[in-house]
Amino acid sequence: MIVSFVLNGRARDVDVLPSETFLDVLRDRLGIFDAKEGCDEGVCGACTVLLDGRPVSSCLVLAPSVRGHRVTTVRGLERGAGLHPLQDAFVKHGAVQCGFCTPGMLLTALAFLERHPAPTRADIRTALEGNLCRCTGYAKIVDAVEAYARGDSNGG
Amino acid sequence: MADAPTRPSPPARTDALTLTPALRVVGQPVVRHDARDKVAAATAYAADWAMPGMLHAAVLRSPHAAARIVKLDTARAAAMPGVAAVLTAKDVPRNTLATDVPGQTTAVGPLRATLHVLAEGRVRHQGEPIALVAAETLEGARAAAEAIEVEYEREPGVFTPEAALAAGAPRVHDTGNLLAHWHVARGDVTGGFARAAVVVEGQYETQFVDAAYLEPESGVAWIDSDGVITIRLSTQVIEHFRDVAEVLDVPQNRVRVIGTYLGGGFGGKEDVTVEVYLGLLALRTGRPVKMVWTRQESLLSRAKRHPYRMRYRTGALASGEIVAQQVELLADAGAYAYLSALVLLYSTVTAAGPYRIPAVEVDARVAYTNNPPTSAMRGFGAMQTVFGYESQMDRVARALGLDPVTVREVNALRRGDVLPVGQVIETHAAVAELARRAWDELGPPTPPRAPHIKVGRGLSCNFQPYGRIVWLHDWSSAWVGFEMDASLVVRSGVPDVGGGQASSLCQIAAEVLGVPLQSVSIHISDSALTPLAGTTTASRQLYMSGNAVLKTARELRAQILSVAAPMLGADAGDLAMAGGAVHGPGGRTLPLPEVLRQCARAGVPRSHLAVYHAPAGEPVDLARGSGKVFPDYTFGAHAAEVEVDTETGAVRVLKYAAAHDVGRAINPQSVEGQIQGGAVQGLGYALMEEVILEDGINLTTSFASYLIPSAADVPDITPIVAESGEGLGPFNARGIGEPPIGPPAAAIANAIEDACGARVSRLPITAERVARALGLVV
Repeated sequence: MIVSFVLNGRARDVDVLPSETFLDVLRDRLGIFDAKEGCDEGVCGACTVLLDGRPVSSCLVLAPSVRGHRVTTVRGLERGAGLHPLQDAFVKHGAVQCGFCTPGMLLTALAFLERHPAPTRADIRTALEGNLCRCTGYAKIVDAVEAYARGDSNGG
Repeated sequence: MADAPTRPSPPARTDALTLTPALRVVGQPVVRHDARDKVAAATAYAADWAMPGMLHAAVLRSPHAAARIVKLDTARAAAMPGVAAVLTAKDVPRNTLATDVPGQTTAVGPLRATLHVLAEGRVRHQGEPIALVAAETLEGARAAAEAIEVEYEREPGVFTPEAALAAGAPRVHDTGNLLAHWHVARGDVTGGFARAAVVVEGQYETQFVDAAYLEPESGVAWIDSDGVITIRLSTQVIEHFRDVAEVLDVPQNRVRVIGTYLGGGFGGKEDVTVEVYLGLLALRTGRPVKMVWTRQESLLSRAKRHPYRMRYRTGALASGEIVAQQVELLADAGAYAYLSALVLLYSTVTAAGPYRIPAVEVDARVAYTNNPPTSAMRGFGAMQTVFGYESQMDRVARALGLDPVTVREVNALRRGDVLPVGQVIETHAAVAELARRAWDELGPPTPPRAPHIKVGRGLSCNFQPYGRIVWLHDWSSAWVGFEMDASLVVRSGVPDVGGGQASSLCQIAAEVLGVPLQSVSIHISDSALTPLAGTTTASRQLYMSGNAVLKTARELRAQILSVAAPMLGADAGDLAMAGGAVHGPGGRTLPLPEVLRQCARAGVPRSHLAVYHAPAGEPVDLARGSGKVFPDYTFGAHAAEVEVDTETGAVRVLKYAAAHDVGRAINPQSVEGQIQGGAVQGLGYALMEEVILEDGINLTTSFASYLIPSAADVPDITPIVAESGEGLGPFNARGIGEPPIGPPAAAIANAIEDACGARVSRLPITAERVARALGLVV
């Protein structure tokens, strides 16, 4: 079946199986590896994408259900040739180690900050609860999100 | 856009750099090149790779912990549409993977650790691989694996090391169930206990845990146009290309391993994962093959951290001075040897802690069981013992009415002291000052939120070797070269597990050769094209490959300056390289490209390859305590403040400070990241993580049941980066990859007792265990 949706601002028509997950569509059909597969059961958050601006675990989303929706992956955040300021903040604050959780973490954080522009560190930690990171201990991720929320210039 | 990162919050406590000489790039919290790629999702991890005509692979694994395979029929699977290959043990040219374990175990003798690539007749643990399938689709490969007909005859198994070592126990291997036994004795233990004012005895138990990196084991293999079997995968050890060649029975120079930037390793990608399977399937089919383990498969089949049963007996004088310590360790190796004997060696050497104790006896055994195999994981046997010796230290302090810092100050190792194994500590041992700094960092006590909430504090110190055992004769090589435009290239076989391994090497090269960090490119982790650097394990890469790049860059610098000297009419010794130029006396300057063109004209190479050899030694006789085992150690101290709900046993960590002497921080931001991340992994070990087994059957094969800390589970870790200026690494750095994971479990246990009087000596310290210790549950 053909499913039409908007991926990072561009209209896409993709032939999918009804049983396929959207994560598999991205990775195996479109060759877009922005979303990572960490657990395939909706626990780790590595496969997070934004569906109409809301974070979802794409490993739990069946492909037909994205019909008519807007999907954003990390590459949809970039502005022109440069990084999004939240991406810059992650780089500057050392919020990235192995990087496998980073795309999902960025998208969850961004969606959260749009609804909660002035969060506390505790708020940020709660918001990121569904995105596991095994490397950083989270402190520098919280630093980056906090700095971006404060509007520190250039994410820093 | 400014490129300098800001300081983190909570602010790190970093010593003022009083070290010489003044450095431009090393010691700065520089932005890592890989971080920029990773935030843009530009990094191609092992699973982010696809090739035309690529097959997908699956592994059939044993559902039983101990069984005989009485029938194995692949005919139906092989006939399924889209199936390209089905392999069992009989299809594997050499079905045994073998590793020699150098040195000797006291009672068992020299060890050759072997395991079958695919099961031959018997399975010894749940998840043991039996057959491989490659098919046009992943679904097809999985369906075919399920269609393989296997009949098992269940056998009795052994599921604890005690049961394994009992008389008449079923044998996991024909050689018997005792895999290794180390014994260390030093000083008059009996006499020590006789003069002790207090003797504290304790038994401690640690659990199976999983590395639980976010990126499952994955890779793609293909036969390249030159016929070389090429495997691109997530691995901490590209040198396993030799193991692949052995199994495939091809020359070692016909196999190439390309290591990707890893989505986490933590020791779990130190032993072979998918590379042998991929090599077999690519060779059989002649087509590219991809294998990605599911999370369930990873949790089911990967080697775990060893569970330990530990008995400690500690005798101290009224002053707090410890005069004798006896330790018995018993570890569970699971069904295959892997690195268990060496893990146990690390435990044996570190069992008495970073303290000067005149009389110590350590007896350590590890036994085969029908549990999942255990092997390397961050901390590597020097971690479990921290829970033992630091729980004991706290109890000694309590028994004598001393404060936790004082008892550690009284006993702290210092330079010149001798470990029970006979090794002399040759560098600054910062235990006492780190303990004080971590403790003081906690600040004023947090008032309890409610009458049933109790708040308490705990301290825990540790020491962790960095670099490999000296009789393994470790080395690392590196290539550094200038392009004609003065951009710099570094080639190193180092796998980057996410700790900034590659980036730190760029800093070192930029520092020595006086070029901006942005003009350095690095190629890593390719067994065919980058000089071998050894494994990214044992907290060794900054030490080993950092020294290799430092040596290479310094020798290259001398080459370049030998050409620049006559151009500037000066001695090479009076020249400096900085800002992409060579500077001579009197302000005379030559841009580097000009010097490099002169190198080309004069036939002087603009590149260099060098090897760094670690100080080496012969195996020591542990029982006689006769010498050096590790190159050096990294010391640390963590302090925790917790609250305990005395109605439920729930524990929350309120404050946490982690201090380590890293000698010199090459990239302070990366060092802080290692400390914060390691401490949080350690908190997971302390409070929540456990692989739960029932007669060898794993009940925790998903992230919904195997719980690792989330952002909401842990507080900010305050890293305290001490720089003594002493260490064996480049610019006097010490390894910091593993050390921070060691102290948390004991720090938390000690804080809980301080809060509410309950001593928990079994990990993880769940609310239920605290409730039991409080007498709330019987």
